[in-house]
Amino acid sequence: MTSLPRRFIGPIRVAVVIAMIGAVEILCRTGVIDPFTMIAPSAMVVALVRILETGHIGPDAAFTLTNTLAAIAVSVVLGFVLGAIVHGLPRLRRVITPLLAAYYAVPTFVFYPVLIVLFGLNRLPLIAIGAALGVVGMMVSTLDGLDRVPRVLLKTATAYRMTPFSVALRIKLPAAAPQLFTGVKLAVTYSIIGTLAGEFILSVAGLGRRLAIAYNDLDNPTMYGLLLLVLTTVVVLNAIVFHCERRVYRRWQRT
Amino acid sequence: MTTVPPFRLPGPRWDALWFAIAVLLVWQGLAAWVGTEGLSSPEVTAARLGNMMAAPDFWMHAAATARAMLWSILYTIVGGLLIGLSLGLWRMAGEIAEPILNSLYAIPKITLYPVILLFFGLGIPAKVAFGVAHGIFPVVLLTISGVRATRPVIVRTARAMRLSPVQTILHVLVPAALPEIFTGLRIGIVLAMFGTLIGELFASERGLGFLLMQGVDRGDVPTIMALAVLLFAVAVATGLVLLAIDRKLRHAG
Repeated sequence: MTSLPRRFIGPIRVAVVIAMIGAVEILCRTGVIDPFTMIAPSAMVVALVRILETGHIGPDAAFTLTNTLAAIAVSVVLGFVLGAIVHGLPRLRRVITPLLAAYYAVPTFVFYPVLIVLFGLNRLPLIAIGAALGVVGMMVSTLDGLDRVPRVLLKTATAYRMTPFSVALRIKLPAAAPQLFTGVKLAVTYSIIGTLAGEFILSVAGLGRRLAIAYNDLDNPTMYGLLLLVLTTVVVLNAIVFHCERRVYRRWQRT
Repeated sequence: MTTVPPFRLPGPRWDALWFAIAVLLVWQGLAAWVGTEGLSSPEVTAARLGNMMAAPDFWMHAAATARAMLWSILYTIVGGLLIGLSLGLWRMAGEIAEPILNSLYAIPKITLYPVILLFFGLGIPAKVAFGVAHGIFPVVLLTISGVRATRPVIVRTARAMRLSPVQTILHVLVPAALPEIFTGLRIGIVLAMFGTLIGELFASERGLGFLLMQGVDRGDVPTIMALAVLLFAVAVATGLVLLAIDRKLRHAG
């Protein structure tokens, strides 16, 4: 099976995506998909622009964004630390591994009432849930990354009598970097999920609350506009992470 | 190096037990510190779980959840394998589709919830749709990856033996790619269960997820914790079963 030359694949992909969006647009405009279920993609963009211009989305968007960033930060740091600790305790790791795999099967945000009692009805429960979701993804990635540190590097470190801290910083961290970046991407995705779900359920403030209001009012245009906004933010955040990842690699290629 | 030997807990076999005891102790401590409104202690939770399971109502809900989860898992596996195998075999389509699928996988499915609810209405179809939406991506992506990693000589041998396409897939490709395909299935099944549960939280009047949401609405912490523990136990059990199958597959291959 011959495949087309490399350079055609990118444009074909773009064309496929455009074609799919176009198909959805046509289905919506012709009424095959009724407007109460989903509005046309172009209408979504229009709604998004309207929201941005007149919807006073600033405070809510800032709320959601800061919560998400806080959750990401906590997930990444805590996940890395926990992952590093568990990596050093193989017996603990063996017991925990099936639990980590099963962790995502439970919707962690049902613990909101518990967290509200602990922290109050403010942004802390939202950040906590976002972090709780992202931590495990980061932990698993950290474990995977630390596994892949080539033994020869560790032996070299011993030969040079490097301190554990130095080893961690100069050898383990760079060697594990690909998996760590995967963990960061997971943390981004899950932090957003946790924050939005929390805002949706708790309706304190933020984009999640706006979504809940729009959904309950059957205000489809606003709802889809907001969803488009969330989607765009996720894509942008992921792109930033991807960009950082490539810059780190480029620095390494040069050394 | 050191003169004092580090403290060693007896027997690695008992590790799970030590861990469980440690968790219970921490749980008890947290519950005492936080107070009964925040966290219910292990015994209160266990008592609540016992009460719930004694009520006949509960099993109706459990059956509804089980049914939805099984359907989700079925559609995820069948759909995921079909799409994954096709995209894996048809190189060009696979290469075009893979980044798109990766991006879709990375998008928080939560953004799709209103869409799914509007399309499928409330009830079991929505729950199953949620489950499939969550679970299908790992299956497809890892199947594509597994098929692609198959050594070409195996495929050529199949062709030399003049096997039909169906025979090639069933007897040659799937067994060769099985380890990676099964990893995808493992992740996909757990995610499908998760998605179904989420669907029950939002889209249903029955099922354990519905009970969970009731608990959340009422702020009924013991019920929340009892159900969470139950669901977690089921998930861990499923995970262990899948891991055991996974290990058997790897040894046989």
